[in-house]
Amino acid sequence: MKVRIDVDACVGAGQCVLAAPDVFDQRDEDGMVVLLLEDPPSHLEAATEHAALLCPALAIVVDR
Amino acid sequence: MTVTATFARDFPTERDSGCPFDPPAEYTELRAQEGTASLACPVGVEARVVSRYADVRAMLGDPNLSSHAAPSTHVVAGGLLDRPVAPGSLLNMDGPGHARLRRLLTPEFTVKRIQAMRPYIQGLVDDHLDALLARTGPVDLVRDFALPIPSLVICELLGVDYADRDRFQEQTAVLIGTNSDPAALEQANLEVVGFMTQLVLTKLAAPGDDLLGRLIVRARESGQELSVEELVTLGITLLIAGHETTANMIGLSTLALLRQPDQLAALRADPGLAGTAVDEMLRYLSIVQFGVLRQATGDVTIGDETIKAGEWLVAALSAGNRDESVFPDPDRIDLKREATAHLAFGYGIHQCLGQQLARVELQEVFARLHQRIPTLRLAVPFEDIEFKNDALVYGVRALPVTWDGENR
Repeated sequence: MKVRIDVDACVGAGQCVLAAPDVFDQRDEDGMVVLLLEDPPSHLEAATEHAALLCPALAIVVDR
Repeated sequence: MTVTATFARDFPTERDSGCPFDPPAEYTELRAQEGTASLACPVGVEARVVSRYADVRAMLGDPNLSSHAAPSTHVVAGGLLDRPVAPGSLLNMDGPGHARLRRLLTPEFTVKRIQAMRPYIQGLVDDHLDALLARTGPVDLVRDFALPIPSLVICELLGVDYADRDRFQEQTAVLIGTNSDPAALEQANLEVVGFMTQLVLTKLAAPGDDLLGRLIVRARESGQELSVEELVTLGITLLIAGHETTANMIGLSTLALLRQPDQLAALRADPGLAGTAVDEMLRYLSIVQFGVLRQATGDVTIGDETIKAGEWLVAALSAGNRDESVFPDPDRIDLKREATAHLAFGYGIHQCLGQQLARVELQEVFARLHQRIPTLRLAVPFEDIEFKNDALVYGVRALPVTWDGENR
């Protein structure tokens, strides 16, 4: 799995951090998304996909 | 060519299913019919009502939609659809201006930041429960629990003196009423603006370690200094959004759970259920009850339909949250349901900025209220409870409750 983020699209809702805290974080200075793992291990794949589904700004793209 | 019917049906505002927690029955019909329905709204325009879950997401994620009219203006008879957007009015801005303000505010509401507030919120919930248990019922759970907790939290966060709460709680009720008298609205607005202007001027002179203070400094340091007018509008938005919505969720969800003893028993037995329970109750109750209004600024595609620039659209959040293709058995409360993808916080660039704060406040309430007062029950017949059918945010006006003597 490969994960890409679009920081320009991000609105900092925090949904991804709740869904997959090992994969996503938020920057302290503006709350925008930080990608912690570009290639999450298999046990985090479902949570990562859920995070992408929840994102209100479609700022997370998951390629399998 | 499409011919629009001359006499459009009315936008449904009555909860007519017999259950006060269910949205208007017509939404079920609207979800089943093809395309969107063009309905006559109380404000005096027709709007395309979008009712299916996937369509609501498609709509609210579309960049060709403007939020310039206040979110639920469609249900306000005499409401203004073309009022100029006030500087700092986050809810009504679009594009880069909106993104700039949202990014200045977002650091205050990150998951990490809000988690750090959890112990404070836990303490606040416990203190209020101690105070309740020191008394004998009946008490009004709205006045003595549901309203003070989120009001204290937002006051603490913004740097507002809680002693001033009467000055904004009463005005808020007027500001979000759909039938408020125009003169009363004007007066409430003037009072809230006056109150917030005083506060902003104090913070500008000496920015302290609170949200407004930090916001002022952050904006200055990044070369995007905010005007007094912008700060006042932002402050009012946060103050109102910060206490009214969560207070209504606490009151209404407590009532709904008291009516579902099996679900309540499950929550009482396992407070760890509070996490999923909060999102499920947000979905089930969808307290932004009339949905949100947008205007197309270019072509917008919803399903197979193209909606033209200038047309009005309503995202019926409560209808989408009862879409059975996404939430099986949608009219049932299931506190174990994984409902995080609900629409109660909206969707798209305007999705609720304070959602993490709301979640933590509600989680702490859900986990503690029924644990500490296991015999909590209504002190009046259910039929006597008055619902806010005429407010943009749904809830109960009062919730008289009582309990047995021995509690924790």
